[in-house]
Amino acid sequence: MSSTQQMRGTTKWALNLNAVLVYLFFYAPIFLLVVYSFSNDNLVGRWGGFTFNWYREFAANDEVQTALSVSIKVAIISTLVSVVLGTLAALALERATFRGQRIFDALLYLPIIIPDVTMAVMMLLFFTQGINLLDSWFGIRLSKGVTTVTLSHIAFSISFVSIVVRARLDGMNQKLEEAAQDLYASRLQAFRYVTLPQIMPGIAGGALLALTLSLDDVVITQFVAGPGSTTLPVYVFGLIRRGVSPLINAVSVVMLAISVSLVLLSLILQRTRSGADAA
Amino acid sequence: MTETTEKCSVPAVGITGITKRFGDVVAVDNIDLSIADGEFFALLGPSGCGKTTTLRMIGGLDFPTEGSLRIFGDEVGTLPPNKRPVNTVFQNYALFPHMNVLENVGFGLKMQKVNKSDIAARSRQALDMVQLGHLAERRPTQLSGGQQQRVALARALVNEPKVLLLDEPLGALDLKLRQEMQLELKTLQRELGITFVFVTHDQEEALTMSDRIAVMDSGKLLQVAEPEAIYERPANRFVADFIGNTNLLEGTVADSTTVVLANGSRVEASSDHAAGTKVAVSLRPERAYCHEVGGAPSAHSTIDGKIRGTTYLGNAVVYRVALDWMELDVREENRPGMAKFEQWQEVTVSWDPSAVAVVAD
Repeated sequence: MSSTQQMRGTTKWALNLNAVLVYLFFYAPIFLLVVYSFSNDNLVGRWGGFTFNWYREFAANDEVQTALSVSIKVAIISTLVSVVLGTLAALALERATFRGQRIFDALLYLPIIIPDVTMAVMMLLFFTQGINLLDSWFGIRLSKGVTTVTLSHIAFSISFVSIVVRARLDGMNQKLEEAAQDLYASRLQAFRYVTLPQIMPGIAGGALLALTLSLDDVVITQFVAGPGSTTLPVYVFGLIRRGVSPLINAVSVVMLAISVSLVLLSLILQRTRSGADAA
Repeated sequence: MTETTEKCSVPAVGITGITKRFGDVVAVDNIDLSIADGEFFALLGPSGCGKTTTLRMIGGLDFPTEGSLRIFGDEVGTLPPNKRPVNTVFQNYALFPHMNVLENVGFGLKMQKVNKSDIAARSRQALDMVQLGHLAERRPTQLSGGQQQRVALARALVNEPKVLLLDEPLGALDLKLRQEMQLELKTLQRELGITFVFVTHDQEEALTMSDRIAVMDSGKLLQVAEPEAIYERPANRFVADFIGNTNLLEGTVADSTTVVLANGSRVEASSDHAAGTKVAVSLRPERAYCHEVGGAPSAHSTIDGKIRGTTYLGNAVVYRVALDWMELDVREENRPGMAKFEQWQEVTVSWDPSAVAVVAD
């Protein structure tokens, strides 16, 4: 009996140590990044006293500011579009029956499985050909830029949004829609007053996912970007090649802050939601 | 006066030649049914018999493949549910979890564009009717099963439907509560005078609550009649077996007053089946008596057998009597002086010939 308890004690201790190590592994880099973003030294990893210089430079640097605004613009537009399209796709797959549904179902998730690089090359080829065709057929001259970046972000976000929304739709009691229609709601009203509020947490989750994916993406964006469409992650990536300055620490911390805020926001939204349910 | 006559002549629900197919499956097979205004009507049958599909077609949640469906004379066959003067109490209630009780009840009125103050007043009134006025601000998930049931009822009735449809309304409640609600539903229906059509697989519930019962099996309507007629004069073997407990003694019709049982004995049983028809004599356990051998009243039909088992029910005892060719259940009410029998004791089972029904397939 006592030996088992001793075993348990040892096991417990080992598990605790494991947890500490895992968290250390997760958060030490973040900690370092944040600390060194305040370091007054031109080398990325050397402490030279406390300073806000890098953040001042972040705010003053036009390139960074442009990249940030491009990132935000692309993220917001691609999120809005992909949320609408992804939700519609989820509704179609979950609520309707049509010919070729299973094929469409499988195809919808392809962008999640395809490696980023492959997707990037595909997109690049597609846009190049498309732009050429538009030029030769209609005389419309386009070039790669914010639009192509946004379009490709929409393309990969739709899948994620529709997965999250579908999970929610799947868990929803379909009788509720029938009940709404029985209570004199048209199909549209049943959707507006019953289905939509029911799947809203899914839509919000999908939107946050799309927003994060768009703000994070480097590979695909880099392939399809043109002049003036450098996003913040692509800019950071470029900085590293040009020679590192602690500015990228500051930029990274800002990106980290944005991501964390989004996650917190989603948690708060969910909390108030379940809070309202319990009240 | 003319109005009342008119009310009586037009059925609340008129179903003519309705068939519903789902692909190759025939869910409802060419049924005709007329439900009168103000009736408490039950659709009864085992699961998969087509009763729920029939109810859903009345509500507009499914459309008939063939046939005509009228509500108070108006053809509604393919009208969507929101265009019909009927409301449904769903199985498991289907209350909207993101709305509170009052919003749930007011939903139908809101969709009908009733003005806001009327919605509030009528919803409150409907909640008071089901004694839930004090829970108006709660969420459905915070209510017990019985309370949710009442909310579902109020949510449907607040719209003053011409016909109220109820899909296994009491199925999710425990026995005590179910019996209570049966009585309450019945009272409510009498007070409101609305036609209630309800679906159940519980024959006892159907017998207790309904004015008339339609028994369904495999998409077909087997019998439509008052509870007493269904129980006393079942239309066929299925109805006899499904409603209550019964012993089915296989046999053949000899003439209009005699059936030859499978063991060759002749018993008195009147039927209008042709001689030679394979039938069963339906003998309800509570209509049969056990006696010491030879102790049966002379006017009774009799069969000899042995007691094979005894089930004590408290208010009654059920003896299982083994015959050479089948087994019978005989129910003796537990009154003072009730005859008691031993295991394997030889007994004579007897019954009044007028107490049996002859049923064919």
